[in-house]
This record gives sequence, structure tokens and C-alpha cells, in this order.
Amino acid sequence: MRELVMVKYGEIALKGLNKGTFEDILVKNIKRRLRYCGKFQYMRKQSTIYIEPVGECDLGEVIEKLKVIFGIGAIQRCAVFEKDFEQIKSQGVPYLENALKNAKTFKVDAKRSDKSFPMKTPDIQMELGGAILEAYPHLSVDVHEPEVTVMCEIRDKGAYVSAERIIGAGGMPVGSSGKALLLLSGGIDSPVAGYMMAKRGLIVDGIHFVSPPYTSERALMKVETLCEKLTSYCGDVRFYCVPFTEIQEALRDNCPEEYFTIIMRRLMVKIANIIAQRNEYGALVTGESVGQVASQTLKAIQCTDAAAEFPVFRPVIGMDKKEIIEIARKIDTFETSTLPYEDCCTVFTPKHPKTRPVLDEIIKAENLFDFAPLIEKAVEGTTVKLFRTEGNGEQ
Amino acid sequence: MIYLDNAATTKPCEQAIKAAADTARNCFGNVSSLHKLGIESEKLMNSASKTLLNKLSCKGTIYFTSGATESNNLAVRGVADAYKRRGNRIVTTAMEHPSVARVMDALEKQGFEIVRLSPKDAIDNFEQYIADNVTKDTILVSCMAVNNENGFRVDTEKLYRLVKSANNDTVVHIDGVQGFCKVKLMGDLISISAHKIHGLKGIGALYCADKIRFSPLVYGGGQQKNLRPGTEPVELIASFEAAVKAYPTDLSHYGALNRRLRERLGRMEDVYINSPDNSVDNILSFSVLGVRSEIMLHSLEEHDIFVSSGSACSKGKISSVPDSFGLSADRADSTIRVSFSMETTEDDIDRLADEIENGIARFRRTKSKSRAKKGNDI
Repeated sequence: MRELVMVKYGEIALKGLNKGTFEDILVKNIKRRLRYCGKFQYMRKQSTIYIEPVGECDLGEVIEKLKVIFGIGAIQRCAVFEKDFEQIKSQGVPYLENALKNAKTFKVDAKRSDKSFPMKTPDIQMELGGAILEAYPHLSVDVHEPEVTVMCEIRDKGAYVSAERIIGAGGMPVGSSGKALLLLSGGIDSPVAGYMMAKRGLIVDGIHFVSPPYTSERALMKVETLCEKLTSYCGDVRFYCVPFTEIQEALRDNCPEEYFTIIMRRLMVKIANIIAQRNEYGALVTGESVGQVASQTLKAIQCTDAAAEFPVFRPVIGMDKKEIIEIARKIDTFETSTLPYEDCCTVFTPKHPKTRPVLDEIIKAENLFDFAPLIEKAVEGTTVKLFRTEGNGEQ
Repeated sequence: MIYLDNAATTKPCEQAIKAAADTARNCFGNVSSLHKLGIESEKLMNSASKTLLNKLSCKGTIYFTSGATESNNLAVRGVADAYKRRGNRIVTTAMEHPSVARVMDALEKQGFEIVRLSPKDAIDNFEQYIADNVTKDTILVSCMAVNNENGFRVDTEKLYRLVKSANNDTVVHIDGVQGFCKVKLMGDLISISAHKIHGLKGIGALYCADKIRFSPLVYGGGQQKNLRPGTEPVELIASFEAAVKAYPTDLSHYGALNRRLRERLGRMEDVYINSPDNSVDNILSFSVLGVRSEIMLHSLEEHDIFVSSGSACSKGKISSVPDSFGLSADRADSTIRVSFSMETTEDDIDRLADEIENGIARFRRTKSKSRAKKGNDI
């Protein structure tokens, strides 16, 4: 008996003439994620991607991988039969044993897109339902809230029977909406922000600022681990590591203490601007959430925003810490994020930071020193690392 | 490279490496085997036991363990279990290593009464203070001989005598990890570890005096009197013995290094020594006020000088030791611990002091006013 996995589109199904482009990206993403699971034959038809293994393969593992790929609405593992109802009945019913043996209620949902098939949809549902009841007498039919819904689809290339429908990750395929640069501090919020933008189809790459000796090598290792974890959702992640010590020391020596944090953030954004420009990114992403800390008040966000030359996406802006943590746990970044290493944001934290900074004053304070040469030097000294999806190491 | 973090771990000496390799090549038999390969291994282990007992100048039994964390667990947990019918009270200190302190926490949850004494309450006669807290139903006193974070030394001979005269039935356990080979150790049970004396990691021991009982942590095939079953790692045991034999006996070099560093630090503004007066010479803890430990540590690291910000085991976590010595938060926050080996030279000390001075110039540029204020209230 042949088995395959059907991948049904999420939002892409609603696209118009450009649907094909989105489909191409999704198929490419799926192929890349499954490259170490075995050999597969891919077929695209009727808003569905058919993934059929060629030779030995663990379909359970395939489904686990598919579950985290954005752009997928639902995943179905099914058996393939000839379009012959006797065969569907005689082989399909035993195939369903695992799904049905512990259930109490079920229904059969049939679809017949191949109208040349001799039976009508209600007939398929009734006949197959009857055969299932006969084989598993402990079951009863519940068409409103069944525990298990058995799908039987008569399509162009064959008949498909399945009882396992898994909700996909939703969203848009990564790469279908452009590239964005994520400011990664190592905290809880920024990886979540990256995950959320990847869900909208953005390629998300990370940028991080290091200030040795004020920050330790371990803090950098921690951010790299976060990048690695993000690859399971975001695909390959490019990681820019910016040397920031000189800028922070210049800031400390030349600017008023209460403005340290705001100016530092503005300088980070300015560096991100340049890197984004040179590498064709279309947006910056941060993990800011209104009111969480002094640098994330409305006034402070206005000041950092003014330094940006790209749209700044803040997908967690309206979320509570609790909600953010929930997602961080789901995407497995929480434990890493909470390791206790100093990051550069906290190196020169003022005792009493300005919570309601005025942009003019900030710019005046920032202009007390010419940061431009140091910014250029930091950009020059930036190192890039590539984290590949499927954990096949870095380059 | 200037390695000044020898209280965290030491560089394995050639003798220890050679002993491990030679044993692995030539004497790999299982101690429990009846044939001659087994007997060879057993002889090796017996010789190591004797060497360790000699070094400790004690009579009794050596149990080899995976390291001092296991030794401490085995001693504290094992004694609590074996003597629980006799009493319910355990006296320990607030400066213990987590491998003792966390066991105490667990025993407290089981219903034992745990008394944790702070050195700051009796810094001049801590031994007497501990003994004063020993009652009729105290089954165990557990105390470290040398504190790992500041070198504070407890006179274990005196402690042993005082505790036994307070209650002869109380078992005395000494965490001797930092003291072994450096100071005289005395106790009914003594935990030691090889990698602090230029041995390899993964091997330690628990010394046990005759007639002292403890329950095992794990069960198995009867090795080491069934108190620490598991095939004995003869390679590591042989290397432990080699390290003990290679460790020098004349330690006056540490005194010279210590004096030199104290003298250099004394010339620096707002640098305070945290090590109490009766500390060992090979560990010196001090605070560079106004510069957080981690920053100084990484800055020294940039010059290939390796020190610690406190205890390496606590990596980023807050230790309870500074508080048990009454150290203010500012001083705890800027603590640097330097620990020497016999290979450390006076030149190394000078380079360290130079780089600390450079660090101070670089990192103390702001907040000088608040620092002066903080300096006074200590």
C-alpha cells in the first residue's frame, strides 16, 4: 500500500494570479527542510502539494518537520488507492485501524473532484461509513462533533484515505515577503519577534552587538544558539555580529548618563540601517513591547524610530510579557534566553534613565560627539555567520 | 598565558597524565577480576589509598569517587541516613560549597534541623563558635577547611577537638577540596578531589575514619565495601596518586606571591582585600570598587590573564559566600579571586597588577563620586 503526505495551503490558497510564485517558494522551503529525511516525489495539484516517499522513510518525522513550515494550512497523512471503491473499502478500512481503535465516534467526509468517478459524494460517505462500522463495531457515527474525521478524496490521480489531519503553522512561506534584519539582544522578546515576522513570510536575519570585555563570550554563544533555534522556523539565518565596545565607551565618556540607553539604541539602529542598506533588507525587526522598560516608553520609541531609515516592525508591541513567554516556550527559545549573561544593553545602564526623552535633546546630546567614524568602523568590523536549517552546522 | 584560577581547577601535571596513560595501556584489568590482571589493578588501587592516607596522616579507608561533589553528597547524606535514629540536628556553615549546601537544603526538607553558621559572627574563633552549637542530638558537623572563594581557613584539628569534647558521638565531615595538600586536615570524613592538585578531573575520594558509618548513594556490584559500588577507574586512581606524590611540600612560595600581590593592591585606590586574615596564601580575594567583576575578568582575559569573579561553579549565579562574610553588595559585585599554583611567578603577579591598574583607568571613568561614598561605609 502506498502512503503519502498531502500538504494543504494556508493563506496562499486565497492568492490570485501570483499564487504560483508563492507555491514555488513553499515547495522550495519544504524540499530544503526534508532533504535529510529521504527521497520524495513532489506533485502540485488543486491547491495541494503531494509528497510521496521514494523508498524507505519515516513519515512521522516528515510530518514533524512540516508542522513548523510557514505557509502550510494543514497536513494529512494518507493511503493511496486506485479509483476503485472496492479497493478503497477493502484496504482503506484496515488502514484506519490505528486512528479508530481508541475512538468512540467518527464521520466520513468525502470529496469528489474527479466527477467521472461513478459514485456521488453522499454515497461514498454512506458506503464507506457502513464498512467502517462493520469492521469496528465499538464506533458510532456523529456527524456534528466526531472524534475522528475520515477523509476520502477522489482526485485526478487516485483516491486518498486518511484519518490524520494536522493543523499547519499557517502564515506565509518564508521568503515570499522579502528580507528583514532582526535586532537580537539575547533576551526573551527578540527571538519571538523574529518568529512572528517569519510567519508573515519574511526572511529574518539577526544582528547582534558585542562589547567585550563588558560582555562575555558566553553571551554571544547564547545569541548564536538562539539563531540556531530560529532556523527551524525561519529557515537559514544569517547572523551579523557588530563590535560595539568603542562606541559604548565613547558614549559613556561624552554623553549625559541619563541618555545612555536611548542614544545607544539609536546608534544600534544607525548601524543596522547601513547593514540593511548594503545587504538589501527591507525592514528592521525588534522585540520592543510598549512600557516594558525605560527605553520602550512611547517617547523613547519615538526617539529610536527617528534614527531608522527603514520601517521598524515590532510584532510583540502590544503583548504582555506572559504572552511573549508563552510563544518563547513554544518555539523553544525561552530557556536559552534566560541564561544569566550580561548583554551590551545593560553594560552602562543609567541609574535613572529618562523615560520621557525629548528627541531634540537626545539629538543634541548625541551630537556632542562625532560617532560617524566609529559607526563606519563597527560596520567594517562586523562578522557574518550563516546558520543553516536542519542543524547542519554553521559556516 | 597567566593562569591564576587554580582554585577552579589546575593544569594536570605530567606525572598524572603519564600515570593515567601507562595504567590504561598496561594495567587495565577489572579490580574485581579473579585473575592476575585484576590483582595488578587492585594492587595499584591499594597503593593509591595508602598514598592518600599518608598525605592526610590519617588511619581509615579511602573511597574513590567521581569527584568532590559526590564525596560531599556521600558524606552528608550518608551520615544523615546512617545516624538519623541518634539525633536530628546538623551543624554546618553558611559558606559551604553548593555540593554541601544543597544537600543540607534537601535534608532540611526531610525534617532535619540544619544550623548554618556565618563566619562573620565569629571570624576570630569560628571553630569554637561551631562547637558551641553542637548539642546532644547533633549527629553531624560539616565544614569546609578552606573556603574556595576567599581562602578563609578553618583549623580542622582544633575544630575536631572542640566538637568531640562537646559531643563525642558527633561525626565531623570536612570538605577538604581546597585544603588538601596545602593545610593539615582532620575529620571523621574528608572529601578531596584530584583536579585541584594538578590531577585529572573525574576522580575524587572520601576518607572515612574507622568505626564511622555512612549509607551509600548508589547500589551495585559490591565494590569498595558496597559503599561506593561501580568498577574502579584504576587509570584515574593511579593518576590521583601520582598527582599527590608530585605536589610540593614546601609551600612558602605562595606566601611570597600573596605578599607581593597584597603590596601592589595596597597601592591602588579603592581596592579592598576580602580574604580574612587567617586565609591560606594561595587564594586572594579582593574588590576593585566601581568595576564589576565580570568586566575586569574579561578585560584581564584580553591580556591572557585568567582569574575568577568568585567561584567558577557559580558562573553567573549569585553566591551566598560574600554575605556569610559580611561583604557589602558593592564589594561582592566587584570581587576578583586570584588563586596561584607553584608555577606562578612574581612576574605574573606584576603583570596582573599592571593590568588591573590599566583596567581601573579604563573602566572607572564614570560614577567616581558615588564610588567614593560607597568606599567609606565598609
